Amino acid sequence: MTPTQVEIQLIAAVTAAACALPGVFLVLRRMAMLSDAISHSILLGIVLAYFVTRNLASPLLLVAAAVTGLVTVALVELLGRTRLLKADASIGLVFPLLFSIGVILISRYAGDVHLDVDSVLLGELAFAPFDRFELFGADMGPVSLFVMLGALAANALFLLLFYKELKVATFDPELAAALGISPVLIHYTHMGLVSVTAVSAFEAVGSVLVVALMIGPPATAYLLTDRLPVMIALSVGIGVAASLAGYWLAHVLDASIAGSMATMTGVAFLLALFFAPGRGLAAVAGRRRRQRLEFAGQMLAVHLLQHEGTAEECYESSLVQLEEHFRWDKAFARQIVRQGEHLERWRLAGDCLELTDTGRELARAVVER
Amino acid sequence: MDLLSFFSDYTLRTVALGAALLGAVSGSLGTFALLRRQALLGDAMSHAALPGIALAFLVTGSKAPLVILVGAGLAGWLGAWFVIKVTGLTRVKEDSALGLVLSVFFGVGLVLLTWIQRRPDASQAGLDSYLFGQAATLVQKDLVAMAVLGVPALLLMLLFWKELKLLSFDPEFAFSLGYPVRRLDLLLTTLLVVAIVIGLQTVGVVLMSAMLVAPAAAARQWTDRLGVMVLLAALFGAAGGMGGAVLSSSVRRLPTGPTIVLFISALVLVSLLFAPNRGLLWAWFRRLRSRRRLELRAVLEDLHALSLQHEDPYHSHRTAVLRAMSEGHGGADRSLAELESQGLARRVGADRWALTPAGAEEAARWFGGGEGRA
Amino acid sequence: MESDDLNRSTAIDVTDITVAYREKPVLWDIDLQVPRGVLMAIVGPNGAGKTTLLKSILGLVPMAAGNVRIFGRPYAEVRRRVGYVPQRGSVDWDFPTTVLDLVMMGAYGALGWVRRPGRAERQAALDALERVGVRDLAGRQISQLSGGQQQRAFLARALIQDADLYFMDEPFQGVDATTERAIIDILKQFREQGKTVLVVHHDLQTVPEYFDWVILLNVRRIASGPVSEVFTEENLRLAFGGKVGFLSPHEAGSGEHHVLERKGAGD
Repeated sequence: MTPTQVEIQLIAAVTAAACALPGVFLVLRRMAMLSDAISHSILLGIVLAYFVTRNLASPLLLVAAAVTGLVTVALVELLGRTRLLKADASIGLVFPLLFSIGVILISRYAGDVHLDVDSVLLGELAFAPFDRFELFGADMGPVSLFVMLGALAANALFLLLFYKELKVATFDPELAAALGISPVLIHYTHMGLVSVTAVSAFEAVGSVLVVALMIGPPATAYLLTDRLPVMIALSVGIGVAASLAGYWLAHVLDASIAGSMATMTGVAFLLALFFAPGRGLAAVAGRRRRQRLEFAGQMLAVHLLQHEGTAEECYESSLVQLEEHFRWDKAFARQIVRQGEHLERWRLAGDCLELTDTGRELARAVVER
Repeated sequence: MDLLSFFSDYTLRTVALGAALLGAVSGSLGTFALLRRQALLGDAMSHAALPGIALAFLVTGSKAPLVILVGAGLAGWLGAWFVIKVTGLTRVKEDSALGLVLSVFFGVGLVLLTWIQRRPDASQAGLDSYLFGQAATLVQKDLVAMAVLGVPALLLMLLFWKELKLLSFDPEFAFSLGYPVRRLDLLLTTLLVVAIVIGLQTVGVVLMSAMLVAPAAAARQWTDRLGVMVLLAALFGAAGGMGGAVLSSSVRRLPTGPTIVLFISALVLVSLLFAPNRGLLWAWFRRLRSRRRLELRAVLEDLHALSLQHEDPYHSHRTAVLRAMSEGHGGADRSLAELESQGLARRVGADRWALTPAGAEEAARWFGGGEGRA
Repeated sequence: MESDDLNRSTAIDVTDITVAYREKPVLWDIDLQVPRGVLMAIVGPNGAGKTTLLKSILGLVPMAAGNVRIFGRPYAEVRRRVGYVPQRGSVDWDFPTTVLDLVMMGAYGALGWVRRPGRAERQAALDALERVGVRDLAGRQISQLSGGQQQRAFLARALIQDADLYFMDEPFQGVDATTERAIIDILKQFREQGKTVLVVHHDLQTVPEYFDWVILLNVRRIASGPVSEVFTEENLRLAFGGKVGFLSPHEAGSGEHHVLERKGAGD
């Protein structure tokens, strides 16, 4: 691997980690699409800041982006408060407008500059290493690496300092308010971080793929765990893995790195979707089937108990009668009976089913529940 | 440009017609998306269309608009299917599913597009115009493709009007009546995909969702009836589309998609502010008027109360007194002037006010004549 | 045959309904028989599965187990004879439609596919609105309705269906006293006409006054049958798990119990 390749992968990994942190709370607070909105509308902020400073590397761009992100969120809320539009429509109107203004400004007044719309939207990680950060004449590394490290640090710091507050504000806003934690403050700080992270990642992955890195790994982690610290750790891990895998995919195909990274976050999600223990589709399908069998078995035990010792005991336990009473088809009825026999809940005595002690216990426990 | 050049310029005509068609279709079908809170689903579907565009070209080698649009439609449809499945089967919520589908599909699309670009038979030039739209390149063939997809979609909407209306309003009740709700939902989603796909050439993938909801959001402010709303949305969409497309093809370096979005957003803003009944300014005026009326009555009541203390109902009182009594309830002066113009009060000297006979009568009617005072 | 007699007199026959959400049962092994011509209440604490029972009979919620017979047939066969009044909160009242339009939706089932409602449906809707007392609201946008007016509109929509069996989900929730009277009058008219009504009800106080039959539910069926037999202190205690307080102003002779549900933990 060449040093450039290493640098690109490093930037990719750091970007993924920096995006995963605020992304966890976007997913938990059901605000995932705000990342889409913000990552589009901050273009306007960047353009306006560029007009002021005429310098693409100016830190003012970061500030402008953060402000625009917050303005976006505020506008969406304002629109929603008029009661004339619902929340989703507000989002769907605000960010295209801001983004469009930004694109038009670029095309008309900055079209000849490096601020190419395509790259803002799409990013091109391959070019990142060409912009070097020089300290006292020494080459420290690519600028984007340091920018992303800064974003990562900011997010990590916020998380460390305000972990408890974030947790309460996310899961129990009323309790948070009662404890004196302002959910509004947390909210806008969170959104500010999302904006800053998004603009930092622009160069690497562009706006749409910021969304992939912010939402994909946390959503995947959400399928895998119930615990917040684990979810955060998993999100970072999955994000880094997906971004590195994406890099190699792009290398093999000679295609867009950012696109590949997003693709791999999708792959990671699909894997978890199917194979997550307990929550994955494979597990759920199995569980549903097991549940049906289990419930049917319990009902049969209760049914047998209810008729035990009566004259029709044998009649009521015959397969035909079971099919009639429970409206099971023949195959299912047979399956249930056999399952119960296997579990020693009852045994076949001639034509009738006799409850065992185990079966009787089960039936009683079910009735008492 | 004058009307004559409009009709004689082929490109302009094509562009305008195309954008108008797009606006009408997306506006009307977008109404249902808006009402069902599927604005962001539209966003996700339009981003998800990108890989479909690339694949359609890869598989068929053709860049014929109909082929591309069908590919885009299938991909968008797949995206919607994913969102619904993931939301229904796992604990992942809808917004996360939308964000996932939007970005991952788009990413896959990018990979395919850039991969196509690098190939030796790289004639994919033109495929990336689907990102932001390029109305200036619309030709007759494109219009035909749009019409072939769009008109049947509109006809289906009209045919199943009451079913779609019921589905959007109360799907559970629809189910209880025996309607196959899942299949109707499928139909509506498909119609939405068609609306999105038609606009891709003109507005592009990124902004298409705005074309879906903005006309409908504007239309909602002007009417309370679904039929009128759909019609208005179609009109607004067509107007915005046409205006934006024509402007962008006449002015240099003005991309089509963003220009149309600007037009249509302006329409939304105007509607939000000025529409009667729902419009914000309207509501503001209404509130103001009722507040003024309350203040007026309060001052009349004050005059009445003062006069009761004086035995002489037409005794005059200093403005300062009235102002003090109105403390915190808005200016007494304005109300006094209004009372004067209504003939219910009159100025006495420079600084005093009194009830007129008409005013006293009115006050008695409203506030009682002194008997039965608590 | 015996089952025919049963069919003739039974509106709803439900056995072993079990509904599970993830691993937890929301309804477990519910058996219920509702004779024709009664007004029946479904009561139980919050989370007891009352709405779920209604929805599972209607097929809106999938069952892990269970069987449903309406008038002796599977529900799908007798759909036309069944009317559903969902909770008011289940729709968006900002939807652009008028009260008349909403009521006419009740006629859609009879119209089938594509056919639009015509003059006959319009008149039927106006008559239904008249019956519930809000004829003058016909042209009004539904967002401008009060809670009670909304409920009446829903009721009118049900009337227009002219069903033999009605399912209602919390129709008395959050309505004014006048509307409550109006709804009860309609229900009593239904009973006179031999119709059957199954109602998810939240107010224990009014059960003996409004309903003939009742089912007490808390995931399992506690008891069901005529109110006089089933609506007892014992059963209520079983259903509500001791979260019920009783005021008995009379001694045991009156047979009347005034019941209050105390707000407890774990809704």
